[in-house]
Amino acid sequence: MTNILEIKNLNKKYPNFTLKDVNITLPKGAIMGFIGENGAGKTTTIKAILNIIKDYEGSIKLFDKDNNDEVVKEDIGVVLDETFFSEILLIKDINPIMQGIFKNWDSNLFFKYLDKFNLNKNQKIKTLSKGMKKKLEIITAISHHPKLLILDEPTSGLDPVARNDVMELFQSFIENEDCAIFFSTHITTDLEHIADYITFINEGKIVLSKTKDEIIDNYGIVKCKSTDFQKFFKEDYLKYRKNKYEYEVLVENKKEFKKKYHDLVIDKITLEDLMVLMIKGE
Amino acid sequence: MEIIISNSSNIPIYEQIKEEVKSKIVSGELEEGEMLPSIRSLAKDLRVSVITTKNAYEELEKEGYVKTIPSKGVYVNKINWELAKEEQLKKIETLMERAINMAKINNISKKELKDLISVLYEEE
Repeated sequence: MTNILEIKNLNKKYPNFTLKDVNITLPKGAIMGFIGENGAGKTTTIKAILNIIKDYEGSIKLFDKDNNDEVVKEDIGVVLDETFFSEILLIKDINPIMQGIFKNWDSNLFFKYLDKFNLNKNQKIKTLSKGMKKKLEIITAISHHPKLLILDEPTSGLDPVARNDVMELFQSFIENEDCAIFFSTHITTDLEHIADYITFINEGKIVLSKTKDEIIDNYGIVKCKSTDFQKFFKEDYLKYRKNKYEYEVLVENKKEFKKKYHDLVIDKITLEDLMVLMIKGE
Repeated sequence: MEIIISNSSNIPIYEQIKEEVKSKIVSGELEEGEMLPSIRSLAKDLRVSVITTKNAYEELEKEGYVKTIPSKGVYVNKINWELAKEEQLKKIETLMERAINMAKINNISKKELKDLISVLYEEE
């Protein structure tokens, strides 16, 4: 098995939203960031992977097995957008509950992570800050040694320091090369550091799925005047946007572009620019 | 070992890592036979993706600076000084081409340029 997650031709129709021909492949040892606007289909895709939504077309395989296979559950760790802990519990109360749910639950690992990320096991969950709660959810999700971690917006609403802690947790998880992480987000700066693959969904369709390095090292944004823009051939750029004072043009290979059109300003791309131009550009 | 990478640079991060490691090998800070950190621990400590560090190591291996021993690790190779020198000469060549172009544009003669190089070389 080289792929941990394989989605083939996933289709799902709602009255006013459609997930169309979604294909995603996540090899083991990798982190994939799943980006897109709110409402683009990120959560729907995740819910289909987890078999929370059932009546879809297409196939979803986890570790080469169908996603409704019971054995699959033991091998995935999940963090969804909404908190699932009862507020009246203490942090340490999670331990016996999870012991009952997962065969492989590792109490030592759970308490080790609590220490490492400065969570006090005797604290009430109710009194935790948003960032601490998220860290607790992630620690809980990885303490039964899953092979795949699936997270929906794990960093939204967190401050930069807490986000950094979460990224650190991810990277220690992925040090085991048999594991993989699939997480959705609209905060793209997190991904610019640690993700291996970026998959970009827009209006229910996958518009881009590549290694992050391919995107960051090759894509670029050309800033130019309208007279320059008129000289560009249509096949040389992906999207453009006319702003008040300049044109912003998204190109797939900045080196080739530079060879063909000299003396232009080509900026390095950020995933945020990419998202905005792919969605808003013409 | 210290490795400095810049996220705002236009040079791809895998290339920055490659160059940093290479310069440490050439300078002798990393010695022949020394084991380099694994791609996963390096990625974690530099806070970059695993594909990035993997790329850097693959390039270093292609250029002969390191070798991978399967299921053991990545080790510093014996430096091929001739190759290293050739590579440096290539870089110098590119820089000189730029200087020559600039000289030509500004009508500076070959002799003037040569003199300038001699003066600068002696100063060093």
